[in-house]
Amino acid sequence: MARMTMIEAVRSAMDVSMARDENVVVFGEDVGYFGGVFRCTQGLQAKYGKTRCFDAPISESGIVGTAIGMAAYGLKPCVEIQFADYMYPAYDQITQEAARIRYRSNGDFTCPIVLRMPTGGGIFGGQTHSQSPEALFTHVCGLKVIVPSNPYDAKGLLISAIEDPDPVMFLEPKRLYNGPFDGHHERAVTPWSKHELGDVPEGHYTIPIGKAEIRRKGSAVTVVAYGTMVHVALAAAEETGIDAEVIDLRSLLPLDLDTIVQSVTKTGRCVVVHEATLTSGFGAELVSLVQEHCFYHLEAPVIRVTGWDTPYPHAQEWDYFPGPARVGRALTEVMEA
Amino acid sequence: MDEFSRLSLHVPEPAVRPGGQPDFSNVKIPKAGSVPRPEVDVAPEEIRDLAFSIIRVLNRDGEAVGPWAGLLSDEELLTGLRHMMTLRAFDARMLMAQRQGKTSFYMQHLGEEAVSCAFRRALRKGDMNFPTYRQAGLLIADDYPMVEMMNQIFSNESDPCHGRQLPVMYTSKEHGFFTISGNLATQYVQAVGWAMASAIKNDTRIAAGWIGDGSTAESDFHSALVFASTYRAPVILNIVNNQWAISTFQGIARGGSGTFAARGLGFGIPALRVDGNDYLAVYAVARWAAERARRNLGPTLIEYVTYRVGAHSTSDDPSAYRPKTESEAWPLGDPVLRLKKHLIVRGAWSEERHAQAEAEIMDEVIQAQKQAESHGTLHAGGKPSVRDIFEGVYAEMPPHIRRQRQKAGY
Ligand SMILES: Cc1ncc(C[n+]2csc(CCOP(=O)(O)OP(=O)(O)O)c2C)c(N)n1
Repeated sequence: MARMTMIEAVRSAMDVSMARDENVVVFGEDVGYFGGVFRCTQGLQAKYGKTRCFDAPISESGIVGTAIGMAAYGLKPCVEIQFADYMYPAYDQITQEAARIRYRSNGDFTCPIVLRMPTGGGIFGGQTHSQSPEALFTHVCGLKVIVPSNPYDAKGLLISAIEDPDPVMFLEPKRLYNGPFDGHHERAVTPWSKHELGDVPEGHYTIPIGKAEIRRKGSAVTVVAYGTMVHVALAAAEETGIDAEVIDLRSLLPLDLDTIVQSVTKTGRCVVVHEATLTSGFGAELVSLVQEHCFYHLEAPVIRVTGWDTPYPHAQEWDYFPGPARVGRALTEVMEA
Repeated sequence: MDEFSRLSLHVPEPAVRPGGQPDFSNVKIPKAGSVPRPEVDVAPEEIRDLAFSIIRVLNRDGEAVGPWAGLLSDEELLTGLRHMMTLRAFDARMLMAQRQGKTSFYMQHLGEEAVSCAFRRALRKGDMNFPTYRQAGLLIADDYPMVEMMNQIFSNESDPCHGRQLPVMYTSKEHGFFTISGNLATQYVQAVGWAMASAIKNDTRIAAGWIGDGSTAESDFHSALVFASTYRAPVILNIVNNQWAISTFQGIARGGSGTFAARGLGFGIPALRVDGNDYLAVYAVARWAAERARRNLGPTLIEYVTYRVGAHSTSDDPSAYRPKTESEAWPLGDPVLRLKKHLIVRGAWSEERHAQAEAEIMDEVIQAQKQAESHGTLHAGGKPSVRDIFEGVYAEMPPHIRRQRQKAGY
């Protein structure tokens, strides 16, 4: 075991995978010599050579398109999109190509690629360094979508993603890169070294894609969250003293519906939290699944706490980002309903 | 055995890395004044060489020589010098302000001042730039108020973008400065569309698109060239080759042994390379291209050969990927010092006046900063309202956003 930040855990996952399988290649903007703007790939080029870890031209469509071609050849590309916001030029390659190659070729060709990208706000990144585009991917059949909330999961899930035979979108909440976020932006980040989940095995292990984890047991209300919002939900439960059960989805597609249904059936109440914009966000899918499967157990309407239906503002980001106060109000509201 | 050996992947590498000796021996620099100046209606195929050479006016002795010289008066050159010095002083203060936590982020122009400052002077009121983040000189050289720029950087209560946009992402329709996108290259093709519209409406205004060497790899760059050449759009397509794209050297986007300018040739677009650290050369080439556009002769592609002396942004550390002394070894010198020397040679300037101007300009910048700070900085003083988050998504606020605004307590 070692104490790792999420950045180190992500790097370790690539390192372990590259060592085990020489078909794994890592590339993207600035990832080679420099090790990426967040340093997730630092040292990999020195260790595995520049034909297995290299800088790509600034061309997201080119990066994803070539990754698809490499996968068709038999490699396992794990590429970095510098920020999730810059995935859009590659949107066609991701949604129309990568996602459907297996289906349309009747399994003749497959696309085992991983697209890693930093997501979410909380670092004053402004409109173009803060987006949470998961709903754009969960709407696309053929993709898998993962959002880890801590270093242990990030490593285990990324290794699973690299070993997965299908294309995986791996969304890394950059607010959690260096430490968990307790939801209070005025307080300093507590480093992962002070956190149980900073304990990460050095070697190979996997976490199954499609399994949620209950982060806090409770019986009064179920909070469904992922990524940074898991920590905000935990803080809200502590601060309100409400006996909330907090589910960390980890994987949005495929989704661990059983864990959600079991929990809401038990608690009878549910709050869904994400950073992304409300309208047609992934929360809408979660709420409709809950009402479909748990309707007769519900004692209150399900509430969503999300970012607003506006682009991500630079200066007012802490009024945009759901914090424990907003989640706490929602918890109180469903408890009083 | 087969007659072919096994394949291997070529991954380009810069000549040197930290700890090594800076090396620009691969940058072939022709003598100032040696590149011919064709007529603006020249056939693109006749000037293919201009995509591989470098147009230069100022020589080592500070003299303006050759066919591209002689376009600017003393007064205009002094104004140009002042613009570049202002941009440099502005950068220095804003960089410091970022370190003091007054803003989240800043991007400086050190070493590249001549490109945007001289270019702006070749445009007219009404023309439109589609800039990236390193062309604040377009605003400075058009006398856009520095206080407004700083308000934007500080995201304060007077920020024209109401705190919603990332620092340095200015916007000013009046000053021909299209709102900046964080997504690279997207605006290059929009510039072409604006120029096409001007032609459709039989207008007289022209457009200019801006892109960095690294970003020429984006598909939108190629889309822009296709549309510009097909419709002969009145647009100037600028490529600022400052050698680096964050940590990635220009060879990664360029590949092969061509130049960025040469990419225009396959599209039949006249393509020129110019010394980006030579105010006179930049101005002369920009004016040549602007005249082509105005005379309905279509697009021109210009590559500015320059060097990014500072870090990519305040989040970057260039010493991790290039020799610390590389900027000093850059063979095309410092644009401010070169123009200063030229003006001294011309007898229009002196060391004393320069030192005095430097002090005056810094004072102006500091005064502007004081004024801007009186409206607040990112974490202190006047702030845009949380209400502003919800404004401007649509022309009229739809009910669902109004409900969310109320829920937020505003
Ligand atoms: C579509 C997109 N991909 C990636 C980025 C991240 N990014 C911001 S600046 C930059 C480097 C740009 O280099 P270059 O075009 O050479 O311009 P320079 O900064 O050197 O002026 C990168 C990769 C982005 N902003 N947009």
